[in-house]
Amino acid sequence: MIRFAFRRSAWAIPTLLLVTFLVYIALRMGTDPLASYMRSNPRATRSKIAQYKELNGLGSNYVTGYFSWLQNFVTFNWPKSIKGSREVWPELKDSIANSARLGIAATTVGVTIGLTIGIFAALRPGGKRDVAVNTAAFVGISIPPYISAILLQLLFAVYWSKWFGNTLFPTSGVYPPGQDGFDLVLMLKHMALPTFVVAIQIIAVYSRYMRSSLLDVLNSDYMRTARSKGLSEFRILMRHGVRNALIPVITIAALDIGAIVGGLIITENIFDYPGTGKYFLSAFGNGDFPLLMPLMVIIVASVLLFNLLADISYAILDPRIRLD
Amino acid sequence: MSNSVLQIRDLRVTFNTQLGELRAVRGIDVDVAPGEILGVVGESGSGKSVSFLAAMGLLPKSATITGSVKLDGVELIGAGRKAIRSVRGKSLAMVFQDPLSALNPVHRVGDQIVEMIQSHQDMNTHDAEKKAVELLEIVGIPQPDERARQYPHEFSGGMRQRVVIAMAIANNPKVLIADEPTTALDVTVQAQILEVIQRVQQTFGTAVVLITHDLGVIARVADSVNVMYAGRNVESGSVQSIFDHPSHPYTRGLLSSLPHEGIERLQPIAGFPPNMLAPPSGCGFAPRCQHAIEACNAELPVLTSFEDLLTSCIRADELRVGRRS
Amino acid sequence: MRFSIRGFVLTNTVIPTMSPSQMAWKRFAGHKAALVCCAILGFLVLAVVLSPLTTRYGVNESVKAPPNSYLSPSKLAWLGTDDIGRDLYSRLIYGTRVSLLIGLFSAFISVFVGCVVGAVAGFRGGRFDDVIMRVTDLFLAFPFLVALLVVRNMFGSIEWLTFIIGEVSSLRFIIFLLSFFGWMGVARIVRGQVLALKEREFIEAARASGASRSYIIKRHLIPNSIGPIMVALTFSVVGAISGEATLSFFGYGPQPGAGATSLGLLVGQAKGAVQTGFWWIALFPCLVLVVISLCINFIGDALRDATDPRMDAGK
Repeated sequence: MIRFAFRRSAWAIPTLLLVTFLVYIALRMGTDPLASYMRSNPRATRSKIAQYKELNGLGSNYVTGYFSWLQNFVTFNWPKSIKGSREVWPELKDSIANSARLGIAATTVGVTIGLTIGIFAALRPGGKRDVAVNTAAFVGISIPPYISAILLQLLFAVYWSKWFGNTLFPTSGVYPPGQDGFDLVLMLKHMALPTFVVAIQIIAVYSRYMRSSLLDVLNSDYMRTARSKGLSEFRILMRHGVRNALIPVITIAALDIGAIVGGLIITENIFDYPGTGKYFLSAFGNGDFPLLMPLMVIIVASVLLFNLLADISYAILDPRIRLD
Repeated sequence: MSNSVLQIRDLRVTFNTQLGELRAVRGIDVDVAPGEILGVVGESGSGKSVSFLAAMGLLPKSATITGSVKLDGVELIGAGRKAIRSVRGKSLAMVFQDPLSALNPVHRVGDQIVEMIQSHQDMNTHDAEKKAVELLEIVGIPQPDERARQYPHEFSGGMRQRVVIAMAIANNPKVLIADEPTTALDVTVQAQILEVIQRVQQTFGTAVVLITHDLGVIARVADSVNVMYAGRNVESGSVQSIFDHPSHPYTRGLLSSLPHEGIERLQPIAGFPPNMLAPPSGCGFAPRCQHAIEACNAELPVLTSFEDLLTSCIRADELRVGRRS
Repeated sequence: MRFSIRGFVLTNTVIPTMSPSQMAWKRFAGHKAALVCCAILGFLVLAVVLSPLTTRYGVNESVKAPPNSYLSPSKLAWLGTDDIGRDLYSRLIYGTRVSLLIGLFSAFISVFVGCVVGAVAGFRGGRFDDVIMRVTDLFLAFPFLVALLVVRNMFGSIEWLTFIIGEVSSLRFIIFLLSFFGWMGVARIVRGQVLALKEREFIEAARASGASRSYIIKRHLIPNSIGPIMVALTFSVVGAISGEATLSFFGYGPQPGAGATSLGLLVGQAKGAVQTGFWWIALFPCLVLVVISLCINFIGDALRDATDPRMDAGK
């Protein structure tokens, strides 16, 4: 088992390097870091420009450029943002923390509710519960997060205060402006709407996955064997049904993180939530290479990490594939 | 027979399908004496598996079941869920055809047997695990303590079927239903599995219902035989009688279609099995029977005594043949 | 005695049976929701196709002179007007036309490329298959928006490429971009299907009778994959429409010039409407987008059920 994990992770480093290299190329071509720098700092001296080029590995050749960037990156010799020469890490760290909080909250809520609903739907296929769940899931999937975000914003920001005179759920930011220090209740209130929006997507997707996976399992022969043993329905459902149905769901789950992050980015943008989404979009809009590269490295690393976790959890759950 | 451990009377099973009502089982009676091996023989679609799945209560909800199934005098049809659950796995156990799909692939083999034990007996896990290993040994699995910790896919087909049998006998059931236990296995392995079943019968006194389409299997281990066709019993008797002087044309057809000495060409039974959505009104075999007469199509024949057998052929007397032809 | 050859049992009575595609149609038709969606979509498509007739004003025409900004829904403009007085209803129809075209074109390209790549990868296996799988895995696992934006800019900066596929803000480009992301999902579905079919006996039989690889792919694998392919097609369309909307929402979408618009652009304007309280700017484009997505999703799902049924016990 450990060997399996080890072998799988061994591939991760070269892949990480390769993909960051491709990203480097794409960003260098696409955002024209030099021109963006000049735009933001029109009065930069030649030595500053040269220093910028040096730190970001923007030498003439893509390959050597990449390696010189890489060298700076791993030695934490990170260039500063092109706007106002801010340090990259503090901002990045905060935005990641904010997004992570949102993501974890939404995922926990979404996955729990989604799986449970999926199980209930699969128990009576074609029944009223099932139809209701399916329809609701559909609607959930079909409404892109920004639309539900906008509509909710409309509802709470504009109309709720009109009708009720106060804002139940604030629609922007992590804290109201001017807030100093940590306040759990306020933070939760601000997180409520964005979490809900992201969770809708998650619930919709997971309930359908669970339902279809469980339906497949319920028709398997070993379910019949379990029933012939005279076990209680609950035990049969959990230990034999759900346990087996979880396997494909979990593998898809880890790979689905990308979609969740995508939804997060959009939601953050609408609710003015200072997370990685906002960070990325503004950095991208400015062509801010020093801000973008570390973020992309983190994104790539997370994607690879989740891929790896998916593989490993699949092996843990399904003993059949351990002979690798 | 009032000392039957499993007694089935007038069992009927109908399925509600897209194309209409499928009458899979049309009224059968079965008696299984304690400790005997009853062979149930028939082709695909004869209703042999469905009958006993119905007895276990393992049919889908689209099936309508009427009749009586009594295990040691206790009625199973229509009994409450708890009552059936306490019988299943304990007094009445089943072994299925495909051992690979019958075992849950993600649980260890030993754990699956322990689950069977603990759901009907008050035993702690440690003792249950020991018992599981003992059971594996009884069914002839080498190094049972190591094997108990393995997963189903690490076993060969024959070994897996032994595991399934071990699981089924874990609570010392009165009746073990084996639904085509050897069909998915190689011929050489078949003999081993049958031997295991026989050992179980002899050691524990378990009655066995052995469902199969393979007459060779019946000849080897069965004590009595029920022959089914088109959802009905057509003949019933001890294995010697059936093989020696079968009275029903279908049984005779089955026996003579086996390769045996002295023939030059194989002799299949002409025709095709009937459509159970609209079964024939009289004897189910009549359309294919070379001895059929008007009266055969008139009404459903019932099992009647004939010599030392029970047969549903109304012409049994006229068609009497001494030895197998 | 009459014998019926098509049926699950050869008997001396005739049993009414159906071919697999007939059964699939029957199952599809049983999905009432899907039929309703087909009707709704059909209605929408009709409205869009007959656009000069169904719209009330031109796409860049203001409702009355002098231009009246932000009129709420009224007899003059059924769904209200935008900031420079253009009729939202007409713009919605024109915009939907553009988005539907984008969706359909990129979906077809995606499916075509995806089928070819998926079939070859699944059938041949080996390194090609491995590489394709890892690459698509990685791409699909990336957050969609990030990958989209990065790739968009990258392609946009390659001069000879823009000559072929158009400028970054052109329709051609967006179709190309969406197809570039779309084929991967389709390829995986087709590959999976081919892998499953490859082991079936009728393929072995075809091989044994000397059929060439391309013959097998054309005559056996593809026809048996029509179901999943159609499902993939519907989901590609909805994915493309969604993708265009997302891009436009953030300002990275197509700019069809001359005041023309797309559904995504109209939805993008919804952002500002929240602050200003002109609810119709937000509500109607969103509604149209949601309805279209919902309908296509429903139809896709019904197609999937129709072509790959499960035995739901007791239904």
